[in-house]
Amino acid sequence: MTDTLIQFHSVSHRYGETGALALTDLNFTMKRGEMVFVTGASGAGKSTLLRLIALLARPTRGQIVVNGVNLASVKRSQIPLYRQQIGIVFQNFNLLNDRTVHDNVALPLVIRGFRHDAIGRRVRAALDAVDLLGKEKDYPLSLSGGEQQRVGIARSIVTKPMLLIADEPTGNLDPRLSRDVMQVFERFNKVGVSVLVATHAIDLIRQLPHRMIHLHQGRLRDDEPLGHAPVPVPGAPGV
Amino acid sequence: MSSAPEDRSARMPWVRRWLLDHARVLVATLGRLTREPVSTFLTAAVIGITLALPAGLHVLVQNVSAISYSWEGALQASLFLDDGVTPERGRALVRELEKRQDVARASYISREQSLAEFRELSGFGEALDLLADINPLPAVVVVTPQRDLPQERMQALMDSLAALPEVEVAKLDQKWLERLYAILGIIERAVLIIAAMLALAVMVIVGNTIRLEIEGKREEIIVMKLIGAPNSFIRRPFLYTGLWYGLAGGLVAWLFVNGATWALAAPARRLAGLYESSYVITGLDAQATAIVLAAGVALGVLGSAWTVGRHLDRYEPG
Repeated sequence: MTDTLIQFHSVSHRYGETGALALTDLNFTMKRGEMVFVTGASGAGKSTLLRLIALLARPTRGQIVVNGVNLASVKRSQIPLYRQQIGIVFQNFNLLNDRTVHDNVALPLVIRGFRHDAIGRRVRAALDAVDLLGKEKDYPLSLSGGEQQRVGIARSIVTKPMLLIADEPTGNLDPRLSRDVMQVFERFNKVGVSVLVATHAIDLIRQLPHRMIHLHQGRLRDDEPLGHAPVPVPGAPGV
Repeated sequence: MSSAPEDRSARMPWVRRWLLDHARVLVATLGRLTREPVSTFLTAAVIGITLALPAGLHVLVQNVSAISYSWEGALQASLFLDDGVTPERGRALVRELEKRQDVARASYISREQSLAEFRELSGFGEALDLLADINPLPAVVVVTPQRDLPQERMQALMDSLAALPEVEVAKLDQKWLERLYAILGIIERAVLIIAAMLALAVMVIVGNTIRLEIEGKREEIIVMKLIGAPNSFIRRPFLYTGLWYGLAGGLVAWLFVNGATWALAAPARRLAGLYESSYVITGLDAQATAIVLAAGVALGVLGSAWTVGRHLDRYEPG
């Protein structure tokens, strides 16, 4: 196993047949265990980049390799199995509002055929990791936005994926809740999960010691590490 | 990470997993349907009425055949013998005929017996004495064919009886019974055709109901796909919903048909009484019940599978 997790080789993506280019000739590499932020204005191609990794879209040109697998070789029928290796967090949470928090978080395990007792154990562990133990029987709509997003995160990590991708996970949250959510991601990264977060909350992530890549009109503008001396954040919990 | 040893023990062997998954969905979909009893009942009632029509026609045909079968004892063939056949030969013929597989009974009526019977029944009595020694009536062998002889064998029997050298004319009584059987044969075939058309109708009903459910669960389907649910996993609850609708429809059809039979039993008994028969009308027997229920289940699952197959791909995330 190489230590490269994600590799983009001159990837371009066009909306539809004749639409605008969302990504142009993109090259980038993400290592195993890394935590990377993708930033840029709306429409810069952040979401497209994540969608290509999750096989929600296919590149128009170029090659993407994730965990040693060339995504072009993943057939349509194999997509579910591929997607099961990845935890995905969404801006709009994408929770099922007619099911309890417990059932929402358990869903990926049910899909994968886990035993009943293992499901209970893992769901509790995942909810504990996002500080939501005790809310298992609640329904998503009775929770705050930040709590709902943490349920979404619990659901994405309950299967212990190798890679966590998050598309504007704090887009609907106020700054304080946003910081909480980012800290949750950092905690998972600390235990070895690779995390790729698309966000435009530059102010928030500038305070965090992780690599940032900037997209501007579908092109990579700056892929330099921000340096490993983070600006101390007042009130930031022990990261 | 996803292949940590703990995962292996946490996940089940696939057969067990498959069975448990199906059992879980079977129970879950039933639970969901019983939480909406009115709409579930309405769908089941529509399916039930549709299934009840062919099932009811089947019961009708079955009862009419049973009634006519009870009259079959009266079905007899009369063999009018050649005038040259001696009474001894006639009686010998009866013994030969009774050995045949397709003949239940045969009896010999001599020319004299025929005349005596005719004298008695016709009321000509004395007038016939004028004929003195001239007896115009032939000797007759009355043959009762075996019960439940199929149409072709009955015809073959009649042909071979007519071909006997001693027999001048062979005549099968009650041709109307044959005609009734022919009509019943047509109706039975018609029931099959109607059943096939209504089976399609049931599939359309179930399919349409499932389509509405799929549309109502659009978000859920997309979320499921996003978190890596295979199509089989997403499809399963809809298939089992179709199964329950079909089974409930089958039960409703059974209730309708047997309820109608029960309601008709008393007047039918009265009518049978007028014909000095003790015939009792019958509903769906165990086999027919099993067929109605199985048809409901099969059509429910098929109708659902057909719809899910067409609609699931429309909801792709992204």
